[in-house]
Amino acid sequence: MKAKALRRNLTGAVAVLVSIVVFLVPFAFIVLTAAKSAPEASLLDLSLPSEWLLWQNVVDVMQTRDYMLVRAFVNSTVLTVTSVVLMVVMAAMVGYVLQRRSSRWNPMVNVLVLAGLIVPPAVVPTIWVLQTIGLFKTMPGMIFIEATFGLSFCILLFRAFVSTIPKELDEAAVIDGAGPLRLFFQVVLPLLKPVVVTVVVVQAVAVFNDFTGPLYFLPGSDNATVQLTLYNFQSQTLNQWNLLFMNIFLITIPPLVMYIVFNRQIVAGMTSGAVKG
Amino acid sequence: MTTLVASRPSADDALKPPKRRPIKSSYPTWFYIPAGVFYLVLFAVPTFASLYFSLTRWTLFDTEFIGLDNFVQFFSEPMLLRGFTNTFIYGFLTSGAKVVLGLLLGVFLTSQIAARGYLRSVVFFPVLVSTIGVGITFKVLMDPFDGLINSGLALFGITGPGWLTDPSLALFSIALVDVWKGVGIATLIYIAGIAAIPPEYYEAARVDGANGWQRFWRITVPLVRPATTTVVLLSLIGGLRAFDLIWAMTRGGPGFTSDVIGSVIYKQYQAGFYGLSTAGNVVLFVVVTAIIVPIAIWFNKREVER
Repeated sequence: MKAKALRRNLTGAVAVLVSIVVFLVPFAFIVLTAAKSAPEASLLDLSLPSEWLLWQNVVDVMQTRDYMLVRAFVNSTVLTVTSVVLMVVMAAMVGYVLQRRSSRWNPMVNVLVLAGLIVPPAVVPTIWVLQTIGLFKTMPGMIFIEATFGLSFCILLFRAFVSTIPKELDEAAVIDGAGPLRLFFQVVLPLLKPVVVTVVVVQAVAVFNDFTGPLYFLPGSDNATVQLTLYNFQSQTLNQWNLLFMNIFLITIPPLVMYIVFNRQIVAGMTSGAVKG
Repeated sequence: MTTLVASRPSADDALKPPKRRPIKSSYPTWFYIPAGVFYLVLFAVPTFASLYFSLTRWTLFDTEFIGLDNFVQFFSEPMLLRGFTNTFIYGFLTSGAKVVLGLLLGVFLTSQIAARGYLRSVVFFPVLVSTIGVGITFKVLMDPFDGLINSGLALFGITGPGWLTDPSLALFSIALVDVWKGVGIATLIYIAGIAAIPPEYYEAARVDGANGWQRFWRITVPLVRPATTTVVLLSLIGGLRAFDLIWAMTRGGPGFTSDVIGSVIYKQYQAGFYGLSTAGNVVLFVVVTAIIVPIAIWFNKREVER
């Protein structure tokens, strides 16, 4: 028994060691470089900074290019919040009706949902459509794009979760005189809260971290998002590695906070489908 | 007698309709409309339009129908063809590595080891970091001279390769980073799958004298099949479409040795060859569908057969 416990601790210790080298060193590198002065940071090694300039670098990176990063944070927040709200409401409505009502439309809707998950969006034709309706390079256009591309994943989660809500509940509400809108928004949607939280967290992280979408559909510096700003920062400010890594560090904080607060829901969202395909 | 039979259906008719109709119309079809409109305008229309535009020479100002020329060009120019073959290498390599590593890590992190909670979070954390941030960080770490990886290897007397500067290695280095970033999701999915296996199976096998190896191959692997399906499909969908990590790390270089279809689409778009870019999109669409759909069907079939 003692040998077994020893082995357990030993493998644990080895695993911790490996995880430090493989996973923690890159993050330590980001944080340490972000805290250094520019000449020290340009060595790009893992040494401790001779002077911790964490706050100074935060201020500097914020002020770069006329508070570009601050504006990018505002843009990314607006984009993330509105597109996630839009996609959650629309997807919940579809997932709900799709699960509750069996009609001849259902197989077709299911195929469309799966197609939305698998088919890569056609980039230039999407730009062409956006230009035609006058939404190219605008924040509303980008919001609609993110909401559309996230729909399928959300619908699948909602459809699976609606099936766990007893149908008798709907019937009781209807008998009490609730119309379809009230039934959905006041009875069903509140009961979907766990899956709503999951969807919101997973999609918020996805939209916030999205680079390809804004690169194609929201070019230009007016509405730059944090990912675009980071990408441009890399090519524009050479030899300011400390600020570059401070930028990476800062834009990692929102998803990290999300993860710490909603750990359980993220895990639930990512693993749905793992137990029953 | 006749009156009784006749009166019954009429009573039913009077009772049923008011009871049934409200329940049915409580799930109105128009709930599909908001999502449907967005889907149609911003996803379905561009997808179908891409089939036409891929057959044109398309500039900012006009389109000219040129038949299959774009596709001919796509498959005859070596730099474009390289992107095509690289897509397969990248997709299958990252997906395979995520399945194997994810399963091993999943088994390891559900066993009785010390510091399990810490290990689980640390493996998952890279999933949350932005791809561009990861790409830039590893581009610096993989620098052949100043990079931390090669200076670390030098401590052991190993001369590290030019991870991103060696044309034959660049794509694999990026794939490695992709696995580093994405293995957390695979692990998480496998942990959930393994946790759903009834422990009695393992006990019974142990009583029958099965060793750890046999338990892994005969119980864990077959019973985590749904998790494997999810991991394979998710990582293939992501891997075949890959763009942002590659773009952040090498921009398809050196030369075009680490180009994939995703980066070819962007390069042609930037250069103003919209028709060619859209043709790339159609090729990607065909590749993804031709790979994902048969695999999905195959996995489902195996599941039903069991």
